[in-house]
Amino acid sequence: MSEKQRALEALAQAQWRLAVGLTAAMLVIYLGFMLLVAWAKPLLGTILVRGLSLGTLLGALVIVSAWVLIWIYVRWANSHYDTTVASLRGHVDSTRAEERR
Amino acid sequence: MTSSLGEPNYVAIACFFAFVAVTLGITWWAARKTQSAEHFYAAGRTVTGVQNGFALAGDYMSAASFLGIAGLVSLSGFDGLIYAIGFLVGWPVVMFLIAEPLRNLGKYTFADVVAYRLRQGPVRVAAAIGTLAVVGFYLIAQMVGAGNLVKLLFGLPYELAIVIVGTVMIAYVLFGGMLATTWVQIVKATLLLAGASILAGLVLMRFGGNPLELFAAAADQFGAQVLAPGQLVSNPLDALSLGLALMLGTAGLPHILMRFYTVPDAKTARTSVSWATGLIGVFYLLTFVLGFGAMVIVGPDAIRAVDKGGNMAAPLLAEAVGGAGFLGFIAAVAFATILAVVAGLTLSGAAALSHDLWVNVVRRGHASDQEQFRVARIAAVVGGVASVLLGIVFKDENVAYMVGLAFAIAASANFPALVLAIFWRPFTTRGAQVSMLMGTASSLLLIYLSPTIQIAVLGNETAPFPLRNPGLISIPLAFAAGIIVSLAAPEPEAAERFQAMQHRAHLGPAEGE
Repeated sequence: MSEKQRALEALAQAQWRLAVGLTAAMLVIYLGFMLLVAWAKPLLGTILVRGLSLGTLLGALVIVSAWVLIWIYVRWANSHYDTTVASLRGHVDSTRAEERR
Repeated sequence: MTSSLGEPNYVAIACFFAFVAVTLGITWWAARKTQSAEHFYAAGRTVTGVQNGFALAGDYMSAASFLGIAGLVSLSGFDGLIYAIGFLVGWPVVMFLIAEPLRNLGKYTFADVVAYRLRQGPVRVAAAIGTLAVVGFYLIAQMVGAGNLVKLLFGLPYELAIVIVGTVMIAYVLFGGMLATTWVQIVKATLLLAGASILAGLVLMRFGGNPLELFAAAADQFGAQVLAPGQLVSNPLDALSLGLALMLGTAGLPHILMRFYTVPDAKTARTSVSWATGLIGVFYLLTFVLGFGAMVIVGPDAIRAVDKGGNMAAPLLAEAVGGAGFLGFIAAVAFATILAVVAGLTLSGAAALSHDLWVNVVRRGHASDQEQFRVARIAAVVGGVASVLLGIVFKDENVAYMVGLAFAIAASANFPALVLAIFWRPFTTRGAQVSMLMGTASSLLLIYLSPTIQIAVLGNETAPFPLRNPGLISIPLAFAAGIIVSLAAPEPEAAERFQAMQHRAHLGPAEGE
């Protein structure tokens, strides 16, 4: 296996681990919220401050958590992932250029 | 309170004609650029990340969410929010697992990606069945909604409304292809977000700009239970099943997936999901305010008096806080919303018929660009006419469950096959085929046996299958079927091509491909 292929596999592995981790986090947050909705109705009805129930707050936080998870992924992808992809692509191009010579 | 709903509203008619005129102008402009299959399906891959973010939001925010969720919140409070939240949480899944590999591996449809290293024919047929099932049910729900909405808003007859929607939508898709459809979505998303923001702003002005004052007013008038979960989700398994279908279904909706081919590369696809998730999240947070605003300012009884499902809550609220002129604007926005969503759906249905079935199955991949373009346009007309007919046939049917069903099929038929094809080396042609067909068939069968059909539609006392949404069973079943069939009969050629596919999934197509 070439060095480049190893680097690509490592990148694919890293992407997969992060993607699965973040997807699992979203599943746990959202399905956790849904289970509270089904099981803990009085708890979610608790009024925290006038006009704000725990359920409404958690619901809004589920939306915010989706934004945060996306932000984490984009930050990683825009820095680490894109740099590695660019260097691997450069590698491909230079090998091809050599082959042509 | 008396409402002018149902009487001809001149502002609404003027706004609607302005929208149709502008979008047909866009279509005329787009038609001159749309001369090949690549332009027809993928807008020449020239859409920017921000534009595609707005277009994705436009495709996704249907009138069902705008009118339906605001209505549900206005009648039952907190329970309506459950849907608002469920419709957003699928977007991170699209981002993490699907958007970038999809862009790098496919050309026009998600079946391109599933079939990438498998045998084309069997995979394409199964994927087209899944696509057409999702698009069909989604379209019926939108068309029937459109007919009823226009009847209520403008006082036009149902059939005439459907024919108008169908004709304008066919014009967008047939002449302007994906480029026109994209810009229709962008205009619509901007109008919808602006309309919802202005409406929410007018509501909040009455409560000192503080949403908590609004929620408190709702609790004072209608009891604290409006801020707590009610009867919508009473069984935890039902909650999980609905939640899974909403979340994973988003990542399997063919008209959403197709949008990722309109951008130049994977990084732009990533940017567009960020924008879409931001916009859609803001929109659903606004529905919290619209729903409770309608509850307090209009009142549940007045809303039920106009439409017992509550669908007119947002327009009634607009009239209460902004007068008949603002009602007209919101009504036109709702109509524009339906028009844009059905255009996106019809285009993806046409792509399944022409690109997947005709070009890759019937012609085995050998069709000139001109032929592909011609067949795609014929398919668009067929799809458009079919949706008008379906809208008329289902006129008096209860179609409320069809959006949920479309999400369940998308989550069960499309999502598992897509994930296994991209990430799981041993996946085979037979595995993909069985997984997709199993996902479609089990969703259809289980929903037929569920209380959703047996009790709510057929009026029976009990239902053989206890859950209202099939997701909890049908999604794992589709995954299991794909995995077991693949392991039982390996396909070495498919596994061998995995490495090349992975290369392209990350690094993108080589120059000139």
